[in-house]
Amino acid sequence: MNGLLGTASLLRLVLRRDRIRLTVWVLALVGITAASAAGVASTYDTAVKIASYQRNIGSSPASVAMAGPPVALDTIQGIIVYETSLTVLIGVAIMAAMTAVRHTRAEEEVGRTELLASGVVGRHAGTAAAVIVACATSVVIGLGVTASVAAQDFGTGASLLYGASVAALGIVFAAIATVAAQLMSHARTATGATLAVLGAAFALRAIGDVQGSGLVWLSPIGWSQQVLLFDGDRWWPLAVSLLVAALLLVGAGWLTTRRDVGSGVFPDRRGAARAGRSLSSPLGLAWRLQRGTVIAWAVALVLLGLVFGSFSEQLENMVEDNPTLQQYFEQTGGSVTDAFFGTALLFMGLGAAGFAVASALRLHGEEGAGRVEPMLAGQVSRWRMLLSPLVVTLGGAALLVSLGGLGVGIADALVRGSADQVLRLVALSWVQLPAVLVLVGLAVLLLGWAQRATALAWAALGFAVVIGWLGGLLRLPDWVDGLSPFQHLPQVPVEPVALAPLLALTLLGVGLIALGAVGYRRRDIG
Amino acid sequence: MTTAISAHDVVKTFGTTRALDGLDLEVATGEVHGFLGPNGSGKSTTIRILLGLVRADSGETTLLGGDPWRDAATLHRRVAYVPGDVSLWPNLTGGEAIDLLSRLRGGLDERRRAELLERFDLDPTKKARSYSKGNRQKVALVAALASDAELLLLDEPTSGLDPLMEATFQDCVHELRAEGRTVLLSSHILAEAEALCDRVSIIRSGRIVQTGTLAALRQLTRTTVIVSTQQPADGLAGVPGVLRVEHVDGKVHFDVDTDHLDEAMDYLAPLRVTSLVSHPPTLEELFLRQFGESVEPVEPTDTESAGAR
Repeated sequence: MNGLLGTASLLRLVLRRDRIRLTVWVLALVGITAASAAGVASTYDTAVKIASYQRNIGSSPASVAMAGPPVALDTIQGIIVYETSLTVLIGVAIMAAMTAVRHTRAEEEVGRTELLASGVVGRHAGTAAAVIVACATSVVIGLGVTASVAAQDFGTGASLLYGASVAALGIVFAAIATVAAQLMSHARTATGATLAVLGAAFALRAIGDVQGSGLVWLSPIGWSQQVLLFDGDRWWPLAVSLLVAALLLVGAGWLTTRRDVGSGVFPDRRGAARAGRSLSSPLGLAWRLQRGTVIAWAVALVLLGLVFGSFSEQLENMVEDNPTLQQYFEQTGGSVTDAFFGTALLFMGLGAAGFAVASALRLHGEEGAGRVEPMLAGQVSRWRMLLSPLVVTLGGAALLVSLGGLGVGIADALVRGSADQVLRLVALSWVQLPAVLVLVGLAVLLLGWAQRATALAWAALGFAVVIGWLGGLLRLPDWVDGLSPFQHLPQVPVEPVALAPLLALTLLGVGLIALGAVGYRRRDIG
Repeated sequence: MTTAISAHDVVKTFGTTRALDGLDLEVATGEVHGFLGPNGSGKSTTIRILLGLVRADSGETTLLGGDPWRDAATLHRRVAYVPGDVSLWPNLTGGEAIDLLSRLRGGLDERRRAELLERFDLDPTKKARSYSKGNRQKVALVAALASDAELLLLDEPTSGLDPLMEATFQDCVHELRAEGRTVLLSSHILAEAEALCDRVSIIRSGRIVQTGTLAALRQLTRTTVIVSTQQPADGLAGVPGVLRVEHVDGKVHFDVDTDHLDEAMDYLAPLRVTSLVSHPPTLEELFLRQFGESVEPVEPTDTESAGAR
């Protein structure tokens, strides 16, 4: 096994570089699972509440689409799995994908692999080290999940099986990312391709779970959820996960031997000898660099919107069949579809915020790579350097929420046969933008004054996503919830569009950007 | 003489590191000025201050009559820059990067762009991520040389270029000089500075230790002489300024401080010289003397030298 020579040393290198990053991943995912499991347990603490949960939420296709197979919802443990599994599954998949690409293709792209490969290091050692770390971290997260749910009377067998199902998905995505890293010559595209697979896996299992069809077996997330905790406790679906992961890794190893260090399997094409007219300003460059990302996000949010929108009719039927829910919605004054649309629009807002934070921090990466200096050496002022890319960031975010709203509206129009909601949903999607602006403002502030702390902008985004996704489950004090700008938005369309909070958030966002710009003008570059 | 660049007593610290420690630099309009020093001596920091990328803690800096920090964007219309380690946008082609960088400066000479691509043998249709270091360097060079900038700041511009391209680069700099443009050329390749520069400044630990024409700097050091005489030159070591006397194959090799050269010649002449070879110190020797041995900087005797005020 000469190809693996030196793996142990590289393993230590990967662990040394990622000790903080991986610790944060483990603590965040295990912490969220433990907190939300405890939250669920204390919310549904009587048999009556559990029965009502099963009747109302467990039978809603929208909830099944977002959570997984509705099994064993007559037990509190079943509800805990139903409420917590998708969050930790998606989290572990993203962790594994990013870790695997970061230590394979990303290293190769900057040329460090070449430096190591010239030493006594086997051809597969770098990949092996990355895969081992990604898989081991998945297992650690799985064990954390096991411990978290064991505290909720899961019993040893079910606790272990839940943890194993989480770890298995991490291992599958480490393998998928490793193959992507062989195929693509660019870390960004390799990560993007892997996340696209994750999106497809989510969509396949969502449709499969709602239909109760075999489509879930095409999805790695499906394999992990088909262990059917408390409804059979099956271990064998995880064998499918491990077998597929093993095949993918063998495939990745084979691809490694068929290509040169530094290049992907898909070769680079030639390009234009002259720059187009638009590529003559920082704005033109920002658009050129980000248009691929904008398009990918747009496709993702339109699809998500279509999935959401297609449930609207079923929701109305569900409420009609259920006097309790009917009463509830009459009291609050909203309709069930409006409440559901509100959640859908919030997800669009969070998605757009994900794009916007990455886009705003792009300048930080460009500076680190030494590509800002030659631009500032031209006739480009600091203001223009900082603010031009923000046009793409904010314009992109507005486009993304609009398209998400449009997706919901179109699917809704198709299932109900009436297009009266389409324009309303597109317009209401803009309510999300002030909150996105605040997160962008934070990123710009950090860019201007505390470059080394730009990760805080990611932390704020992660926090907003967790609060938005799990909401009341975590039972955090109001002021902690209130740290997410999305918590201050009026909950349209149930609530009317209140201008005061939107204006306040907008002013805060603009203020943060202005403050950041002042810092960016004053500081050293590079 | 008008000055293109003047820096006086510039200090810049990064944390506890004192990158520039009272730097003085004067570059006259129309000259090719060599900026020499070992790695980490402050060459790049100086250039980045001149570009307004980094702000000096104290001291005065003038670039083309303006303040390089305050007037950065407007001054850059007249300045072209080539960094030592060129990083390009991986998914842009070389040709696109050249156009972008030129347009950000305010335009380029189309005819010259085409001619330079030819001379540097650069394929503009390849994506930047597939370029070697040398090719990335060529992209930045073509963008800078195709501009009509009055002042070119070149930070180790030939690192990664092969000798053929190095020669092309030297031709280009000669042309710039003929057109009356000013070049600040940071380098540690001494042959390059010797071939191109009117004057050089040598920087060490954030200070300029010597400035002057090459001729003046050579005055400050020793000439190597190989001589054979009919009568033994045994007393040579006693002549003031003569060092390292060695007898090899009947010839005498020695170094002599340049300002004592005439005394050595006076001593040798009566001994009936049969052959004599002497060569002036190369910049290499100057450099080694400055950095290799722990010799204190020689106080300049030439009025043009060191920190002209």
